[in-house]
Amino acid sequence: MGSLLNKSRPPVFCPGCSHDRITQTLDRAFMNMGLRGEEIVIVTDIGCSGLFDTFFNTHAFHGLHGRALTYATGLKMAQPDLHVIVTMGDGGLGIGGAHVLSACRRNLDLTLLILNNFNFGMTGGQFSATTPSTAQVGSGFLNRLELPFDVCKIAASAGAAYVRRCSGFAKNLSEEIENAVRFDGFSILDIWGICPGRYTKRNRLTPQVIEESLAKMPPIKSPVPENQREEYGRHYRNLASEQKQVSPPKKITVQFDPIEQKRMDVVILGSAGQRIITAGEILCLAGLTAGFQTTQKNEYNITVLRGHSITEVILSPQAIGYTGIERPDVVLALSQEGVDRRKRLFDSLDNSALILQAPGVSIPSCKGKILQLNFKSQKIKSTDWALAAVIVLAKMNRVIHLEMLKSALKYKFRDNLLESSLDLVKRVCVHP
Amino acid sequence: MEGNEAMAWGAVASGCRFFAGYPITPATTIFNTMLKLLPPLGGICLQGEDEIASIGYCLGASMGGLKAMTATSGPGISLYSEHISFAIGSEIPIVIVDVQRLGPSTGSATRGADGDIQFLRWGNSGGLPVIVLAPVDVRDCYLLTIKAFNLAEEFRCPVLIASNKEIAMTRESVDMDAVDLPKIIERTPPPSGKPFIPFEASLENQIPFFLPIGGDVIVRQTSSTHGADGYITTDFDEIARVQDRLKTKLTSKVKRFSYCESYLEKDSDTLLLTYGITGRAARDVYQMCKSSGSPISLLILKTLWPVPEVLIKEKAVNVRRVVVVEMNLGQYVREIERILPNKIIDFLGQMDGRLISPNQIKKALSHG
Repeated sequence: MGSLLNKSRPPVFCPGCSHDRITQTLDRAFMNMGLRGEEIVIVTDIGCSGLFDTFFNTHAFHGLHGRALTYATGLKMAQPDLHVIVTMGDGGLGIGGAHVLSACRRNLDLTLLILNNFNFGMTGGQFSATTPSTAQVGSGFLNRLELPFDVCKIAASAGAAYVRRCSGFAKNLSEEIENAVRFDGFSILDIWGICPGRYTKRNRLTPQVIEESLAKMPPIKSPVPENQREEYGRHYRNLASEQKQVSPPKKITVQFDPIEQKRMDVVILGSAGQRIITAGEILCLAGLTAGFQTTQKNEYNITVLRGHSITEVILSPQAIGYTGIERPDVVLALSQEGVDRRKRLFDSLDNSALILQAPGVSIPSCKGKILQLNFKSQKIKSTDWALAAVIVLAKMNRVIHLEMLKSALKYKFRDNLLESSLDLVKRVCVHP
Repeated sequence: MEGNEAMAWGAVASGCRFFAGYPITPATTIFNTMLKLLPPLGGICLQGEDEIASIGYCLGASMGGLKAMTATSGPGISLYSEHISFAIGSEIPIVIVDVQRLGPSTGSATRGADGDIQFLRWGNSGGLPVIVLAPVDVRDCYLLTIKAFNLAEEFRCPVLIASNKEIAMTRESVDMDAVDLPKIIERTPPPSGKPFIPFEASLENQIPFFLPIGGDVIVRQTSSTHGADGYITTDFDEIARVQDRLKTKLTSKVKRFSYCESYLEKDSDTLLLTYGITGRAARDVYQMCKSSGSPISLLILKTLWPVPEVLIKEKAVNVRRVVVVEMNLGQYVREIERILPNKIIDFLGQMDGRLISPNQIKKALSHG
């Protein structure tokens, strides 16, 4: 297999830059692996490491600083057979830290080559996440205030399955790259290099110093034993294939004549846990069985089983325009916190409004007819109050009638739930 | 179903097979629905570590050949900015949903607004045009999502959908059988026999052919200023040609996708102009005015960007006055003032989380 280097675009690094050697060695690694350009994508971001994609006759994807792993993830998921090689500098490593961490956690088969030269070369040698505190760099004294991090340590603790560090001048660099590419999962190779244009102008760093520094670093086992697991893409596809296809949204057949051909606005004021929203949905379904169009808006707290829960339902024989409710025809007042949340709504009621008031709930003085619900004496659990109040409505022939309601329950519930809801229909009395 | 669910179903009907998103109210239920719909179809739905990653995944997947969508709200669309610019400049098809909530900033997660309308247009570096569509109801969420995919694929560009919490999380009955589905458009591969040049475009249709990264032909993609070959260029003439093409490939064809709903009354000297959820209250107002014997004309725009100028001028030709209503403190009205300098332009805006009611609109109309 021949070289994949792009003859028309030879590398253009500063004299002595280790990126140059890494470019040539990456090519050798591809050749040793017998890969064709069509089987590889080089994904890069910003900075000198971001030039890599242009030097190769492979697929190429060059994007924003630190984001290369995000594109690589999308590409690998879309094209599972593609070898996805990401090059990133220590700059991209810092700005894209969150993406590095999640790539480690995910274990998608990407190869991340970190071209770590301890500074932002392209913008004038500012400090990066790996610049030693003692270095003289383009950020004045600022790097003296911060500690550099060891990406290998971070990657291993974030779950990366393959983590290695080596020198850009290492004799076995090609072998290191090949091993990383061959690894079936996310692999990181932290390649230490020299930036003669910026960094080594004021800091002493030679291949030998790199070698000595690497020898002093704590050893890492790679592949990382505790992080070995299934490759993400294959795992994803396995789990995905077990997922059941979702049936399309329900179609409701019009079976009944409605009580009245006019728009009706219903507000249910309750608490989380009272199944307020389900009751609203049943009201909508019931309306649909009589040819109404419906809308439902809900309001609830971020907490579960605590706080108010409110639903606003509109049933209309015509297309529904404005979905706000300014003057409800019916209010189901099922809990104090629900009522308190919408106190002003009671001012808007007119004489034709109907309010169903649950036990223990006080409501502001208002126009309209109030009917007390005696759910306690009927031994109806408070979790059933919302549905019970809708049943009362149906039994009063307000908004919906009983046949509409029963049909709605059959659309909504199956088996035990259907039985218990139909049983509730029997039990609930309007005037016990 | 709610507007968000309808968008997910619309996306799947369009052939969307990749979705990535980060949880955010009021857009989360798009993610939830896509997660149910896509995997059983062999598609992919991912939860990104943040919004930047989510849209980044989509850009990668789109270049890998899949139709891709992401969805967020104001705080997330802010983070999408750099990748929206990328998708514009590098012609990556993607559908981006912004379920708007009350801003600024984290604002109110569960209150609606149309506060991102200018941001969606201008929130990219370089300022090149984007397509922005605005649904009015749940049916639109379904239909406009399909149209958004068609436009994204045909024009190789990001298409943004300006939804609103009040549409997205309001459940509504929809007669799906009555929805007239457009033909689904796919990306056009190059004719065979010639070497593939990734950003080469003909003068007439101005849109490069598409081949996926990972196929048998090498494809280059880059966010840097590039020529037809996908390599960085410093040639001013070539740069100018590409920028001009990126602009005119959309602006010259806006007539083809000037979606709207209009009700023109010949006895009316007033045009009520709005978009999004406010279109629903406006429909009520139109009916009320008509039945009370003092009709007004109504234009509900569903394509907001590029501004459908010809359409707006046509619909406003016979009126003296245009009343613009929007759920913000005055954004799109600037465009109307710009393109209709000889009309009286009045404005009604509200940005407090409440819907603008038909009564408020009627009052604004009567103040003319």
